[in-house]
Amino acid sequence: MTVSVSPHDELIETLASGLQPVRRLASPAVRAVLWLALVVVIAAVLALVADLHALQRRLMAAPDLWLAVLGSTLTAVCAALAAFELSVPDRKPAWALLAVPPLLLWIGASGLGCLRGWLVADTHPASLQEARECLLFILGLSVPLGAALFFMLRRAFVLRPGLTAALGGLAVAAAAATLLNFFHPFDAAATDLAVHIVAVALVIGLSRIVAVRAFPR
Amino acid sequence: MGDAEQSLSAADRRRGVLMAAAQAGDAAAYRTLLRECVGLIQAVARRNGVAAGRIDDVVQDTLLSVHRAMQTYDPRRSFTAWLSAIAQRRAIDALRSDNRHWRRELHAPLAYASYPDSAAPDRALEGAQAGGTLRVAIASLPAAQREAVERLMIEERSLAEAAAVTGRGEGALKVNLHRALKTLRAKLRRA
Repeated sequence: MTVSVSPHDELIETLASGLQPVRRLASPAVRAVLWLALVVVIAAVLALVADLHALQRRLMAAPDLWLAVLGSTLTAVCAALAAFELSVPDRKPAWALLAVPPLLLWIGASGLGCLRGWLVADTHPASLQEARECLLFILGLSVPLGAALFFMLRRAFVLRPGLTAALGGLAVAAAAATLLNFFHPFDAAATDLAVHIVAVALVIGLSRIVAVRAFPR
Repeated sequence: MGDAEQSLSAADRRRGVLMAAAQAGDAAAYRTLLRECVGLIQAVARRNGVAAGRIDDVVQDTLLSVHRAMQTYDPRRSFTAWLSAIAQRRAIDALRSDNRHWRRELHAPLAYASYPDSAAPDRALEGAQAGGTLRVAIASLPAAQREAVERLMIEERSLAEAAAVTGRGEGALKVNLHRALKTLRAKLRRA
């Protein structure tokens, strides 16, 4: 008969005797694709009510608008993938860097749009009222997208809550900003860029506050 | 060296198999695995500079985390790397919590300026009655340190009151109390 010597035997016994089979989590990439599929479904619904011809005309008119949309889309994809990767314990924090290049493209192309506002005569910059609507659109859409993302992340086990929540927030804000293009009748301008930056910062900040407490330890 | 690496990776594979069985609900495999984890977690905690007296806390926290994170383990990947990542995080948590505790203790004398701690003298007297060691330790303090302990902790005076009674400055009282607590801690640890 063996004599128990470890002070941890009692805890180990409690954990083992209460063991229930668990369903293994799908890989981070699969979970990221599932969340992005939700974004695509919302995009399809919005496309039904949006003026797609106006959107096409606007995007064709200036390459930087295309680049900005491409940047925000890739930011959403890469930040979501990085957040799901970081929700698994053995993944490196360097995954966070994946979102940096598309984020730079997004900011750079949007900044270029501001320059064009001064160079091209007939651009229509956003009024304060329109800027406010943009902000509300991004924040409003971030609620369901964020709820779905953080619900999915909660099923995993996050060891770096701050970083993971910030990446999740970035993914949500970038997806919402991408979807905003369906209802964005004006070109990128300084006010517009500022609104986007404020919206993204707000969503990331709120995500950190809410999600850091919500992640199980 | 090559053999050691090979056996390590074989051990890692075996642990991965045990965890996969645990995910399917095999309690015996889980028990074996968790027992094996204890040594690995202790090694990670030591490597991260956790004090010897806190290593068991890190082990317990990590075992609980392993239980909650079980569904995230992918049997195609290294179990040891997965476990080490969790253990390292819990070791860092322990270091941070020790650091916070230490800082609170360092600044505790400042609290007497406004809020004398009414519970501390009772507890101090209980301790003294039980073993007599605390009373002896206080009595053996240098006069200025003993005065700070008596006025601020035993008589429950605020820093301003104690300064008025002793004629010493508030800063000097704080320093004396801090030194006294440090001396007492060292004496009681030796006792």
